[in-house]
Amino acid sequence: MQPTFTSSRILLPVRPWFVVLTLILALLVNLLPTANWPGFPDWVALVLAFWSIREYRRVGMGWAFVLGLAMDVADGAVLGQHCFAYVLLAYAAAAQSRRILWFPVAQQALQVLPLLLGAQVVQLLMRLVAGADFPGWGYLIGPFVAALLWLPGTFLLLLPQYQPVHRDENRPL
Amino acid sequence: MAGIDDHAPPPFFKRGPAPLALLTFYLAVSLALFVVDLRMQSLGLLRQAVAVAVDPVQRAAQTPGSLVDHALVYMQGLQAMQEENSRLKQAQLLTAPNLQRLEHLEAENERLRQLLAVKEREKAGGQVAQIMYTVRDPFSRRIIVDKGQQAGIVAGQPAIDEAGVIGQVTRVFPFSAEITLITDKDQAVPVQIARSGQRSVVFGLGNGQLELRYIPASADVQTGDLLVTSGLDGIFLSGFPVARVSKVERDSAFAFARIIAEPLAGVENFAEVMILAPREPLPPPPENAAPRGNANSGGGKRLKGR
Repeated sequence: MQPTFTSSRILLPVRPWFVVLTLILALLVNLLPTANWPGFPDWVALVLAFWSIREYRRVGMGWAFVLGLAMDVADGAVLGQHCFAYVLLAYAAAAQSRRILWFPVAQQALQVLPLLLGAQVVQLLMRLVAGADFPGWGYLIGPFVAALLWLPGTFLLLLPQYQPVHRDENRPL
Repeated sequence: MAGIDDHAPPPFFKRGPAPLALLTFYLAVSLALFVVDLRMQSLGLLRQAVAVAVDPVQRAAQTPGSLVDHALVYMQGLQAMQEENSRLKQAQLLTAPNLQRLEHLEAENERLRQLLAVKEREKAGGQVAQIMYTVRDPFSRRIIVDKGQQAGIVAGQPAIDEAGVIGQVTRVFPFSAEITLITDKDQAVPVQIARSGQRSVVFGLGNGQLELRYIPASADVQTGDLLVTSGLDGIFLSGFPVARVSKVERDSAFAFARIIAEPLAGVENFAEVMILAPREPLPPPPENAAPRGNANSGGGKRLKGR
């Protein structure tokens, strides 16, 4: 719960199971057959960056490492490729957390874009050094799409925390 | 007398290790994994363990796609199926004469080979596997099929479809296996030109094409030549079609011609593949290194040195 200069709501504390659920759902979406479409964003990186910024005490580099390992195996990539990028992403996101949360959501997306792009570029460099071919510029479109998804993503992921503590019979939401 | 500095602050707030230390630790582990997996290929067990954990999520992610597929097949309806059925029957009838004679010919071939005291040709057997999805990693060209250790698949088995070779099994998981396509940058297939019998190796280019390397610029290669497996590697049986030469560039500045070939099999679009049974191991190469005279005295040493 960070104060922002437009902040008007006090959010409920996050539920730990919801964080875990969203991370696993992101992994699921990443493994959909549509993942081969050009510009399909890396959902795990996006959700991981979100929780690393919002809840850096709960979601940190340990989660990043485990999710990275899962993505490496599921993708058939070299082991350690996603781990490295995600751990860096989680660290940078946690370090920048207070600064990023100060901005309104639209500008947060601009702040998050370099983080996501950095994670992608790190993976690209690792594979190029290891002797792979350049896969085309389409590989770097994903982070831009992911940054566009920051706004709806923030709304969806914070939805459970918007609920009031005491239910009011006259107000349905 | 202990000063106030000797006392550590009471552990009101549990913090754990410093973030920078954690970062260094995780990055070091990741890099170690990366290097070990790339250079030594000894992390098969770790990969399999993680694969078993990820497998349920992966299967769940495949479900919507396969549901849509099933629905489409259902909607296609009876008529399309009947048409396809009659077409297949016709195709089967067309190939029937050849197939019926094949058995006879194989028996005859075997008998003649025995007469000539030549080693019998191996027969191609295998099992059909369904393709689950292409690997998401954009740096390589690989697919996952639905048969794995449970079906007795081992790494190294070749895979074909109805038109030709598509690739080779490179990793085996409990319930699935990974096939590296011949168009992958790291994949090489020993071939020979069907017309002239010249042997070479095709390499994937990573963009859906193949390159035939190490052929002298003066060699007899033409556009349209068929490349078939030569069987020299001990993995692919000989005679399976691989690719057709599409472009030959001869430049006198280079010793080798630049030859591009298009794969024959529907390497990037297919639904089912045939995974061929592993070949019998080839006989070991003859030891011609040791001269006949001192074979007794220095043989052991020589073997060790090689």
